[in-house]
Amino acid sequence: MSDSLAAAPLAPAAPLTPTDWKADAMQRRIRRRYAAERRFRLIGLGAVILSAAFLAFLLVTMLGNGIRGFTQTEIRVEVDFPRSTLVLDPAAIEGFGAQAALAEADIEGIVLAAAEAQYGNLAPGLLSDGAWLRVRSRIAADPAMLNRTEVFWLPVADRIDVAAKGTGAAEAEAVYAQLRGAGAVRTGFNMNFLTGSDATDPTMVGIWGAFKGSLLTMLVTLALAFPVGVLAAVYLEEYAPRNRWTDFIEVSINNLAAVPSIIFGLLGLAVFLNTMNLPRSAPLVGGITLALMTMPVIVIAGRNAIKSVPPSIRDAALGIGASRIQVVFHHVLPLALPGILTGTIIGMARALGETAPLLMIGMRAFVATPPGGFTDPATVLPVQIFLWSDEVSRGFVEKTSAAIIVLLVFLLAMNGLAIYLRNKFERRW
Amino acid sequence: MMTDTIVNDALERRPDLQDGMPKMTARDVSVFYGDKKALDSVSIDVSREHVTAFIGPSGCGKSTFLRTLNRMNDTIVGARVEGSILLDGEDIYASAMDVVQLRARVGMVFQKPNPFPKSIYENVAYGPRIHGLATSRSHLEEIVERSLRRAGLWDEVKDRLSESGTALSGGQQQRLCIARAIAVDPEVILMDEPCSALDPIATAKIEELIHELRGRYAIVIVTHNMQQAARVSQRTAFFHLGNLIEYGDTSEIFTNPRETRTKDYITGRYG
Repeated sequence: MSDSLAAAPLAPAAPLTPTDWKADAMQRRIRRRYAAERRFRLIGLGAVILSAAFLAFLLVTMLGNGIRGFTQTEIRVEVDFPRSTLVLDPAAIEGFGAQAALAEADIEGIVLAAAEAQYGNLAPGLLSDGAWLRVRSRIAADPAMLNRTEVFWLPVADRIDVAAKGTGAAEAEAVYAQLRGAGAVRTGFNMNFLTGSDATDPTMVGIWGAFKGSLLTMLVTLALAFPVGVLAAVYLEEYAPRNRWTDFIEVSINNLAAVPSIIFGLLGLAVFLNTMNLPRSAPLVGGITLALMTMPVIVIAGRNAIKSVPPSIRDAALGIGASRIQVVFHHVLPLALPGILTGTIIGMARALGETAPLLMIGMRAFVATPPGGFTDPATVLPVQIFLWSDEVSRGFVEKTSAAIIVLLVFLLAMNGLAIYLRNKFERRW
Repeated sequence: MMTDTIVNDALERRPDLQDGMPKMTARDVSVFYGDKKALDSVSIDVSREHVTAFIGPSGCGKSTFLRTLNRMNDTIVGARVEGSILLDGEDIYASAMDVVQLRARVGMVFQKPNPFPKSIYENVAYGPRIHGLATSRSHLEEIVERSLRRAGLWDEVKDRLSESGTALSGGQQQRLCIARAIAVDPEVILMDEPCSALDPIATAKIEELIHELRGRYAIVIVTHNMQQAARVSQRTAFFHLGNLIEYGDTSEIFTNPRETRTKDYITGRYG
């Protein structure tokens, strides 16, 4: 109040000398300030460059190795069916019994014989172990070819494939050079890698099985973690009273977010597999386990997003008679949604790259067919990468890198979706 | 909180529910934030046909008291209200009173314009929609137009109802908030320093609007600006340090205050 201010005794005035803004000390201070700012900017720039370099290094290495994983070398094999030893009636392949007829016929034998006839002493170990399967499926699709001579492009064996990409043994490279000179090989995009599943032969492996496994697992994770996480965040922020219990819950959730993922795997093994007897290696169990891990991340992100909604919006809605639940669902959640989605995607991205907990619940099995549903045995992308990186055969190196590229593209797509959704729902106030 | 005896007591004092009786009656209202007493035993009648202004220095409890009138203090953790507040003789703190309906009947306009980050139309239509006041889409459009007209905003926004409410200027936003409040057809409108974030021209428009709304709604306005209180209100209450110092006709308070504290504040000796 002005009365008391006026009554306050003034401090005795110090003798005032005008500040000399041109003095040496002043100039030095200015120089130091400029130097400090320059230094800080350089350090910041250095940090950005360093992280960009790490990222570039990762991408270049992965792409350099991985691109070759998407290509495949094929060899030309001509099979003269009428003159081969194959005993198979085209009519038998139509209708029922087709599978049995194909299974009984020694297709592998005639393919190997045809290769030997064409390439002589080079033939042993030229074709991939699974090459004849491609011939079989072609016959099944077009039985009429059994009456004529047909040209097949079949995947070459691992060692030739590696040689074609310039990293093979000297002897294999010599064979490849000879074949190339004869125009008997070609290198093209490996469609099988995108549509197939795990196999023992690196030339026959595909990523689709693991990709689908990841997709199914993520669906389960999202379906559980998102609603539970968001509702928990809403309850804790908007409804729960502030007391020792809610403090305790808050601390617990924060701790849960920091628990090492392998612990969640052990929990999944003990609870879901041993106690509840859910199927082993299934996306269902993997998804539930990862949901436990993702939920606290969503709760924390959700609470922060809800907290950042301005209270004036709540007041406005309450002021015209909206109920608590209407305030939350009509106003608070839509405004908090971008933040919640960002947190969810971060949690999901972490779950997508998670390996350890899934190893514990048996998702590291060799699964040669893509999972048909949530309870079928499956593996996921990071586990597939882990499994392939462990293989001895040289051909798996580039398949591992190729799988990493697929995983990164998956992650990139998820982040892209998050950014799209965030921009779509973002509103200014 | 309320006990039955207090209700009866208050009703005995004003047994007949006729038009001459006040719209809202507060008796011995005290508000606590935790252990701190923010408001001490305030008793006021809010007139049905007049504009009532609450004035006083910062922290005097005038906004706190305003927020007890539609129970907005319920949302503040640790806030506690004692005494009785009646709306048309009905205790608003009784368990039978539905707080959601109360806030529709006693609307509020806030210090900072706070339109929803939705379209202008949606801002006004939201209240009628959640309370089921519109029978059809065209009826809802009618309500929106009427509310915007009453708030003096219709001519400015009629061609851009689908634009965001937050894109309007500060003064327009505040009139949009008033339109939003009157769209649910309240009986009382509480205004908490509605012009403190606005420039003089926008302020003049809001004051004009308050004049026009007077009589249709009981209006209570909290203001820092004494000239504003003198311009828009017929009744003025002066608060200081959580106490109601003086309450009476605005002309009386400004020309011939009974209390020296009121006189000191009005003449600008503190505040």
